[in-house]
Amino acid sequence: MRDRVWITLGLIVFLVGITYPIWFNNAAGVRAEAPVLRKPVKGPNCVAPLEYMRASHMELLTAWRDEVVRQGNRRFVAFDGRTYTMSLSKTCLDCHDNRAEFCDRCHSYAGVSPYCWDCHVDPRQARTVRAWAGRPQAEGWAR
Amino acid sequence: MSMDRKTFLKLGGCGLAAAVAGNKLAGLVQIAGGQSAPGEKTLRASRWAMVIDTRKCQRADGCDACIRACHEAHNVPSIPDPRREIKWAWKDRFEHAFPELETSPLPGDVRERQVLLLCNHCANPPCVRVCPTRATWKRQSDGIVMMDWHRCIGCRYCVAACPYGSRSFNWFDPRPYIRNMHAEYPTRTRGVVEKCTFCEERLAEGRLPACVEACPEKALVFGDAADPNSEVSQLLREQFALRRKPELGTEPQVFYLL
Ligand code: HEC
Ligand code: HEC
Ligand code: HEC
Repeated sequence: MRDRVWITLGLIVFLVGITYPIWFNNAAGVRAEAPVLRKPVKGPNCVAPLEYMRASHMELLTAWRDEVVRQGNRRFVAFDGRTYTMSLSKTCLDCHDNRAEFCDRCHSYAGVSPYCWDCHVDPRQARTVRAWAGRPQAEGWAR
Repeated sequence: MSMDRKTFLKLGGCGLAAAVAGNKLAGLVQIAGGQSAPGEKTLRASRWAMVIDTRKCQRADGCDACIRACHEAHNVPSIPDPRREIKWAWKDRFEHAFPELETSPLPGDVRERQVLLLCNHCANPPCVRVCPTRATWKRQSDGIVMMDWHRCIGCRYCVAACPYGSRSFNWFDPRPYIRNMHAEYPTRTRGVVEKCTFCEERLAEGRLPACVEACPEKALVFGDAADPNSEVSQLLREQFALRRKPELGTEPQVFYLL
């Protein structure tokens, strides 16, 4: 029983230690707020009801992808009767024209990083890379 | 007219089944309250084929308008190293394209010609047979040998299987080597195989393949080989055409006029 003081002290130090981020953020006034998303430039609706898009846009994209690539269907008649071309770069990014402040902002908050952009080109990015790709390719193919 | 409950339910059930079957047959699916549909202007055929007139493709300036149009349209990188290059369409010497004719006597300048080469969209494609993920498959509706880049795992069996060298593998990120990267068509990424798709995405919009459209000599003719009235069928009836490596039984759908 002689170690009781040390054990209690140790526990207190441990508890303070693991809850430190909470104290610190509270003191600094940091709050976990939902990310502020850039408003779409066109509307009034998304390609599916807002609640569906919020929760399941990745499923819609997968369905679009399979329809286009595997079935050869490229047109989409939405729930509100509007017609869209099923395309990630040409349709989603036409209305949500700022990927960084829409898709990426929410994704970094949620901790997801879709690999789609390894291939699908963001029209904004296309412009910057275009300038860069014009450089002479004298250094050969080496990475 | 009166109808009892049983009849009503039967008829309703039949109607529902017919609607579901109709959509299934047309290959349409419901997505989030919306529905997919084929393009309104889509060009259709039972068997797409291309006829390349090598006599017309002999400009002294070494014209490569078709290749440039294709590579520009599909964000194909220009990689200088031939062991690492990516090509959807390219040219080679007649003897390399038709090695089995190396010792045959050939008329005129045929042997000196440069020949445009691309995926043959074989009726019996060996690449499709070996693909373990079905990332490449033969579209039953029109015979195009398709690519699904989302499924490609980069095993390169297809590269080994293709007797025509029509497939290229991305050994590294191609983006720095793309001259005019645009958002109209996705690029590819490291570790996937790529090839010509007969401009399937343009056919869906009612446009002919980029190479066909770009050729200043109209040396490329594209159409439905299953339709006897199409221009390709007429050409193939009237003139003698070669296919690459016919002895392999792959049945290429790209034909060469000499
Ligand atoms: C016609 C223009 C348009 C197109 C095309 C479009 N969207 Fe939207 N999107 C909107 C509008 C309008 C909203 C609602 C915004 C609001 O109310 O804050 C929205 C909302 C969203 C939301 C929810 C955002 C939030 O505030 O939670 C997501 C996610 C989304 N869209 C993704 C997509 C994806 C993915 C695509 C392509 C499949 C797409 N959108 C195509 C207009 C569009
Ligand atoms: C309101 C927040 C929000 C917005 C805005 C948003 N996403 Fe997402 N997205 C998510 C979340 C959360 C997930 C992860 C869901 C999960 O893993 O279950 C996700 C997942 C995805 C996935 C699947 C990723 C994977 O690895 O499986 C894709 C693809 C995707 N989003 C595309 C987009 C595109 C394109 C846009 C912009 C047009 C967009 N998202 C905008 C919240 C958002
Ligand atoms: C390896 C490269 C690659 C990756 C990674 C990739 N795609 Fe694609 N995707 C393509 C290509 C190439 C096409 C064919 C374009 C066509 O036929 O018009 C395509 C087509 C599509 C299409 C339909 C046409 C269009 O213009 O958008 C959708 C939707 C799509 N992909 C969604 C996705 C989503 C969502 C992801 C990420 C989860 C993704 N893709 C990742 C290469 C890729």
